[in-house]
Amino acid sequence: MSRVPADLKYTKSHEWVRELPDGSVEVGITDHAQDELGELVFVEVPTEGRTVQAGEACAVVESVKAASDVYSPVSGTVTEGNPRLASEPELVNQDPYGAGWLMRLRPSSRDELQQLLSAADYEAQLAEGDA
Amino acid sequence: MAFTPHTREDVAEMLAAIGVESIEQLFDEIPANLRVKSLERIPEALSEMQIARLMTERARQDGRPLCFIGAGAYEHHIPAAVWAITTRGEFYSAYTPYQAEASQGTLQTIYEFQTMISALTGLEVANASLYDGASALAEAMLMAVRANRRSKSQRILVPTTVHPHYRKVAVATTGNQGLILETLPYSSTDGRTPLEALEPYANEDITVLVIQQPNFFGMLEDVDALTDWAHERGALVIAVVNPIALALLKPPGEWGRAGVDIAVGEGQPLGVPLSSGGPYFGFMTARMSHVRQMPGRIVGRTLDLNGNPGFTLTLQAREQHIRRGKATSNICTNQGLLVTAATIYMSLMGPEGLERVAAVSHARTRELVAALTRIQGVRPAFQGPFFHEAVLRLDKPASAVLASLAERGILGGLDLAEHYPELGSAILVCATETKTAGDIEAFASALAEAMKSVRAA
Amino acid sequence: MQTRTEPLVFELSRTGRGAREQWPQEAPPADDLPATLRRRQRPALPEVSELDVVRHYTRLSQLNFSIDTHFYPLGSCTMKYNPKACNSLAMLPEFLARHPLAPESHGQGFLACLYELQELLKEITGMQGVALSPMAGAQGEFAGVAMIRAYHRARGDLERNEIIVPEAAHGTNPATATMCGCVVREIPVDSEGDVDLDALKAAVGPKTAGIMLTNPSTLGVFERRIEQVARIVHDAGGLLYYDGANLNAILGKVRPGDMGFDVIHMNLHKTFSTPHGGGGPGAGAVGVGSRLLPFLPVPIVGRDGDRYRWLTEKDLPQSIGRLSAFMGNAGVLLRAYVYIRMLGREGLVRVGEFATLNANYLLARLVKAGFAAAYPSRRASHEFIVTLKREARELEVTAMDFAKRLLDFGFHAPTTYFPLLVPECLLIEPTETESKETLDAFVEAMVRIRREAEDEPERVRRAPHTLPVRRLDDVRAAKQLDLTWKPATQP
Repeated sequence: MSRVPADLKYTKSHEWVRELPDGSVEVGITDHAQDELGELVFVEVPTEGRTVQAGEACAVVESVKAASDVYSPVSGTVTEGNPRLASEPELVNQDPYGAGWLMRLRPSSRDELQQLLSAADYEAQLAEGDA
Repeated sequence: MAFTPHTREDVAEMLAAIGVESIEQLFDEIPANLRVKSLERIPEALSEMQIARLMTERARQDGRPLCFIGAGAYEHHIPAAVWAITTRGEFYSAYTPYQAEASQGTLQTIYEFQTMISALTGLEVANASLYDGASALAEAMLMAVRANRRSKSQRILVPTTVHPHYRKVAVATTGNQGLILETLPYSSTDGRTPLEALEPYANEDITVLVIQQPNFFGMLEDVDALTDWAHERGALVIAVVNPIALALLKPPGEWGRAGVDIAVGEGQPLGVPLSSGGPYFGFMTARMSHVRQMPGRIVGRTLDLNGNPGFTLTLQAREQHIRRGKATSNICTNQGLLVTAATIYMSLMGPEGLERVAAVSHARTRELVAALTRIQGVRPAFQGPFFHEAVLRLDKPASAVLASLAERGILGGLDLAEHYPELGSAILVCATETKTAGDIEAFASALAEAMKSVRAA
Repeated sequence: MQTRTEPLVFELSRTGRGAREQWPQEAPPADDLPATLRRRQRPALPEVSELDVVRHYTRLSQLNFSIDTHFYPLGSCTMKYNPKACNSLAMLPEFLARHPLAPESHGQGFLACLYELQELLKEITGMQGVALSPMAGAQGEFAGVAMIRAYHRARGDLERNEIIVPEAAHGTNPATATMCGCVVREIPVDSEGDVDLDALKAAVGPKTAGIMLTNPSTLGVFERRIEQVARIVHDAGGLLYYDGANLNAILGKVRPGDMGFDVIHMNLHKTFSTPHGGGGPGAGAVGVGSRLLPFLPVPIVGRDGDRYRWLTEKDLPQSIGRLSAFMGNAGVLLRAYVYIRMLGREGLVRVGEFATLNANYLLARLVKAGFAAAYPSRRASHEFIVTLKREARELEVTAMDFAKRLLDFGFHAPTTYFPLLVPECLLIEPTETESKETLDAFVEAMVRIRREAEDEPERVRRAPHTLPVRRLDDVRAAKQLDLTWKPATQP
């Protein structure tokens, strides 16, 4: 059973969102997503300053058997891509909610944050998928 | 006659095991109205003896004329060992090496090929081949547009001195994705792409510049200046190169101050017969930083469970079977067998042999041009150094002259009227190490006669 | 099969050695070339003798499985016997020496073979026109979708840019659609493997350019409602594309043209037995119905009276253009021509029949031995899917483990993990050229591997054991890229 921390928000496409004290958000992929992909061999994160729309593909995670786009959960401006992932893509497998974060961005509005899934909603979606 | 081994008893036992009465019953899910009524236009089977006779007659019909055509396909000596080994069933009838443990022969050969072609071009990574030189250029354009994220225009500058068929393939392949190909004129005096041809684009967003060396006319472009011009403006550079010429000429990885970003070319000169145009293979090498934008198979060396080295396809997440609609290309099957031939060829030639092939081809072409331009009404179209091809202007209609030569069993070059009408009556000629002084003399005397006998336009 | 590995050719190299017998005798200086354009250092190619080369590459060849040495039931790939005459007759000296730009006067024999091949393929597939130049299935697909786009554009129907593909399609289908600047819409298949017609009806509309289908499908079953599919797509203004990967199954039995397809590609290296060559060359000839005739890629071979000639853009001004520098994989086309002439009318029918017989027999034997068919209510086409879902769950031995262990038994593995729709799948295609004894031996191996999986699972999980290398570390290969040999590096 994969971990779904209660204090984060989620998307249907298996991204998580953490609201940071300065008003920006941190984004990564869920434990379930990293498990499905298997050991990652390459991660591409967006560069600082890029503006993204909610639902726009903005990062790529690759294992030897699969490659997947990561979609931005909210619209905004990228403030940082996780620089460690270029040489240590396995961080996403080892610590998906911590050191394996993909990017930080400044949301253009707070409204989209309200529309994300709660941990309970996301867990329910995972349970449905297993059935 | 379908190379099926089944005896009558086999068929009976197999049908019984399936639980049907007849083979016909196995097709009962196909709607009856769709079934084939007849294949009346398919002839009866031929035995191997009969088809061998037919094919031998057809081949004889085509003959073996003395050929001085180049234009992207070149006659070189092919050591007997190359195809004796390449057509071994273990290479010939194997599939793409997906099951790495059962395909180490093919995989190691590709790894060796990647190393050799990288060495020739002076770039860091190579793929396992594309279909041919023309399709390799088209794929390189798509790759460069993906790789050059600073540029938004998808505009590619393509000199007119790039092989006209390559330019056509590029248009047909990239047009649906909205790439814009702008052609650059050549200098009518030296047959090269002058820097002035680029000046109109100096302040525009250009994604890629293509440079062919030697160019279609056989002339040598000023590759350093052209490469630097493009890099200074944020454009990437694609080199289109002849692998034999690279034994003598500066590798694209060293052009200009930074070297090009991607090099492609036709691999046919490396041990692949002319064979009416194919199968050949395209090669592609690039900077390591662009490897994830590369199309096609790539082989890597890794370790097995016991810690011993072995070879496997790698970076497959770029490819269509995993990435589907977002793959770097739709290519899967490429030209593996030809890569095998080329790897064997390059091993036999080695650095010195390949250099000799290049140098002798160059020397023969100089001798050819000297011999032909001594003939009344024949003169070189351009001034300056060339590799193993040159354009000659004739004061008689090229098509009639070439037809007259062909009747004498000599294919005297390519008529440039279709692609370069501004050159007037002009032909592109080529000589390689396969041509002797006697061959050149035969061509020269036949041309002299043809120039006399053909009427002026 | 060799079980030793072989050093790299570079490791055999000794400075000053060389296959001099192959080199030109002279070494002219080329000093007329400007120094700035010259190479400064010779390329790092190996320096080895001719015997070194012959031995090295012969040994490497022996590290391969191939059709000539092993049963190769690789689903979707049609690994049938490649008759030797097809190769030797395509390599007659005059054919090999012919320059692609040689005049038609010195190519009537070659052009006659290509012209007849076009005609034969038209008859076999029920299409109106054939172009031979695409160099692989994927390029044939590209040509097909490009023609569909050109057709809509020529009618002023500029909005049609959606290509529908079933979710089980080959990855090349969506990749091709993207290369042609189209948008991909995937639709599901039902539990028996047929296209979901309701989903199709919902997907088509004024933006539909066409649908790409393989029939029999990638699931190894015939799409029974193909006529309804054709009607729905045509009524919506779209065209039907036939992916010919599985044409072997229906050779002589049913033709794509009669099923309603507007354009098809054929993998000559599958159905028409030209070699796979360790990853090509293939050949992806395309066939079209009347609506797409003007858009075929050039060159094509035409006939005026008793003379053959090239047809180019001048003859087909609406052509999608040229896809290869010259004439595609010409030598492969000669091989396919020889093969079809050797088969003749009866042989072609026999291919479809015996490919289907072999597949259904192998499926029946495997099911009887306790393996699960993915579509148990369906006939197999020329291939079928076994799912090892139960084995994976109960024994923790996966389809990949079975595949690798089969190598130890001298069988090339079937296609694994494709189509993605079926968990733990093996897609098995025996082809018509295999004997009953070979199929029986394969079943025995599968049964033995399952017994091993029960008694000694680690042996299966760590297979193969008898090949030149053990299972390879793909993750390491992708993370620590080693793509070219460098003198100092050792992994």
